Amino acid sequence: MNKYITFILISMLIVFFYQLSACNSNVDIKKAQYTVNGQKLYVQHCQNCHGSKGEGLGKLYPPLTDDNYFKENRALLSGIVKNGMRGEIIVNGEKYNQEMPANKQLTVVDIAYILTYITTNFGKSDVIYSTEEVIENLKNHNQL
Amino acid sequence: MKINILVSSLFLGLIAVSCQSKDQKLPIIGEKEIITRQENGVTITDSVYPKIPSFQFLNQDSTYISDKDFDNKIYVANFFFTHCPSICPTMQRNLLQAYEKYKGDDRISFLSHSIDFKYDQPSVLKSYADRLGVDNNQWQFVTGSKAEIYGIADNYLVYAKEDSTVAGGYDHTGYLVLIDHEKHIRGAYDGTNDEQTQQMLKDIEILLQEYKK
Ligand code: HEC
Repeated sequence: MNKYITFILISMLIVFFYQLSACNSNVDIKKAQYTVNGQKLYVQHCQNCHGSKGEGLGKLYPPLTDDNYFKENRALLSGIVKNGMRGEIIVNGEKYNQEMPANKQLTVVDIAYILTYITTNFGKSDVIYSTEEVIENLKNHNQL
Repeated sequence: MKINILVSSLFLGLIAVSCQSKDQKLPIIGEKEIITRQENGVTITDSVYPKIPSFQFLNQDSTYISDKDFDNKIYVANFFFTHCPSICPTMQRNLLQAYEKYKGDDRISFLSHSIDFKYDQPSVLKSYADRLGVDNNQWQFVTGSKAEIYGIADNYLVYAKEDSTVAGGYDHTGYLVLIDHEKHIRGAYDGTNDEQTQQMLKDIEILLQEYKK
């Protein structure tokens, strides 16, 4: 009898936690959608240079694993993806100075997907990089 | 009945073993030519496989290197250019795996030909090699005239062409081509594909076994 009650209690707990996590699921589903699409675009447009784990390649292409770089330059990331970049930068304590080509063909949504993917998967961020944020980034720097 | 099974499984086992040992030798790639010659009144036929012809190119240190520098070695050759935005970084990342694995081993070397004969002068190749992490002469980066580079690409069975419609301005295939001591092609691997790169690493070991003393 005792065993029976513990069984019921445990099942109820499981159901309870399951539902609790389901409350979050709207955000989670959206984030999953962003990262899945982001990964696809990343493989197509970025992986050659930056590597499948964002590890970069020697001193030619910087890694995308410097979370501080992402935080400090968050407002510039959309512009980097869309218009490329050049000049000396420091990533993970190493100097890089090569040219990244532009990706003019990428839409605002594409950029939001890609940036969500790299900042949450290679960096430590846990929030979506929204399309609104991309538009604002590009507007502020006259890059839209 | 029992004996039957035993015998046939032994037989199958033998086939498996013999097939495996056969697999341990890499094929020679390319169309063979049958050549007949007369020796002491007897007709002898030889099958001749295509070889990489002799060459001379300028390397990242602005010195000329030639096929002689690859004598008594096996080597992996490929075609790239330093500003290539598409397949080259992946191909070079994969070749770098092999370079790092065999660094300091003088039985093997590496040869990257630039197909951007306009921009990739020795100083550009030097800075590229440095940044890639290549710091000895086991991996050579070379440039030459358009005719020389594109001509030898044909010998390595690699497609390379100037094409303003593709990203970077040059179209080419990302093959890593494995060459033996006789300058025969013994393997060609898609350098943009991880599995094929792993296969190349295995095949390099098999080829090195052929020259074990
Ligand atoms: C042809 C190679 C190449 C491709 C393709 C490429 N990048 Fe880059 N990327 C670079 C180089 C080189 C730099 C460093 C530029 C410099 O030195 O100023 C860089 C820098 C960056 C940076 C800032 C520095 C860092 O490491 O965090 C980000 C972010 C970035 N790239 C993201 C991307 C994304 C996203 C894509 C795909 C849309 C992409 N890159 C495609 C070569 C490339």
